[in-house]
Amino acid sequence: MATLSNFHRFANPARFMRLTDVLLPWLAFAAIASLAVGLVMAFRAPPDYQQGETVRIMFVHVPAAWIGMMCYACMAVASAVALIWRHPLADVAAQAAAPLGAGFTLICLVTGSLWGAPMWGTWWVWDARLTSVLILFFLYLGYIALANAFDDPERGARAAAILSLVGAVNLPIIRFSVVWWNTLHQPASVVRMGGPTIDPAILDPLLVMALAFQLMFIALWILRTRTALIRRKIDTLRQRAAFGSGAERD
Amino acid sequence: MTRKRRRLYMVIVGMVCLAVATGLVLNAFNQDLVFFYSPSEVAKKPPTPGRMIRIGGLVETGSLKRVGVGPGIVFKVTDGKFDLNVAYTGVLPDLFREGQGVVAEGALDQSGALVASQILAKHDEKYMPPEVVAALKKSGQWRENEAASANAAAAMPVGKSL
Repeated sequence: MATLSNFHRFANPARFMRLTDVLLPWLAFAAIASLAVGLVMAFRAPPDYQQGETVRIMFVHVPAAWIGMMCYACMAVASAVALIWRHPLADVAAQAAAPLGAGFTLICLVTGSLWGAPMWGTWWVWDARLTSVLILFFLYLGYIALANAFDDPERGARAAAILSLVGAVNLPIIRFSVVWWNTLHQPASVVRMGGPTIDPAILDPLLVMALAFQLMFIALWILRTRTALIRRKIDTLRQRAAFGSGAERD
Repeated sequence: MTRKRRRLYMVIVGMVCLAVATGLVLNAFNQDLVFFYSPSEVAKKPPTPGRMIRIGGLVETGSLKRVGVGPGIVFKVTDGKFDLNVAYTGVLPDLFREGQGVVAEGALDQSGALVASQILAKHDEKYMPPEVVAALKKSGQWRENEAASANAAAAMPVGKSL
């Protein structure tokens, strides 16, 4: 159980603050640098033989979709850890991730719609892929609403954690929707049997953009978690001050 | 058994039950979750005329014809085994052309042809620059599957000229 005890160490909020204090500037720099490189590559990439210039929407759409799903997976794992082991950091991390995931999923939906209008001939259809991603977006909103719906934040956190675990069944549905049912949305192009079906000239910018989005998400997630921890500390200090001189000071 | 362990098992059992239940529900609604039917499915089990359905397949090469003087067109949607006549009047998406994947929404008339109220182009999962396509065609490696060969045969976008 060595790995588990290591994990416990990072679940300590004070240790997390010390570690990320050093880590965060580097992560932020790497995210901005890779985003700059990715954007330059995205605009230098050749047009697609069928879609023309419209293919460039993919450089934002696909990474946003990946992060939207990955963020949910992170949130669900953090929620499970919070429910089972009651780690002080897990609830904070899960709730810090939710608005980020909602944002990335919204970017995915909007850019997909902008691509669909000229290519498919419609802004929106109710096929299995589009609908399941829309449900993902609403799961994020429901999670945020539920976490803040109780006077007692602990009860809100527990209810929201259960919702996020229930919603996790949606992730494989999104991933395999284009395989299990016929959809208007095209099947997977990058992560598939037999390798990517995207030419390297278009795939490389996509992968750099995916890395940039990944770093951006991790940096923002850490930043939001830190902010939430600091806010909690301030609340505790205020309460102590309000409830008077009897409380011990540290 | 500690309380932590009990909570762990509860979460695992809960997730497994949820996954099984979702799988059963999705399986039960399988027919309603598909976005379109193929011409083969229509041939096997013809839907009632007048009911709105979606048909998906490739626009058969050489079947696209203009009707009258307006923007009306007729074409065949094929899945390789069966094909289905489609009539449509209206705006076409950029990617619509012979050999291209298409989804037509409408109702069957008495003759068994689909009178479409909306045409959607279906994009495949291939992305490449035009030069690569040209190089592949030159070296004769382009015809790797049916869709690709159909696309190549319709390299001139007929849809645009309509």
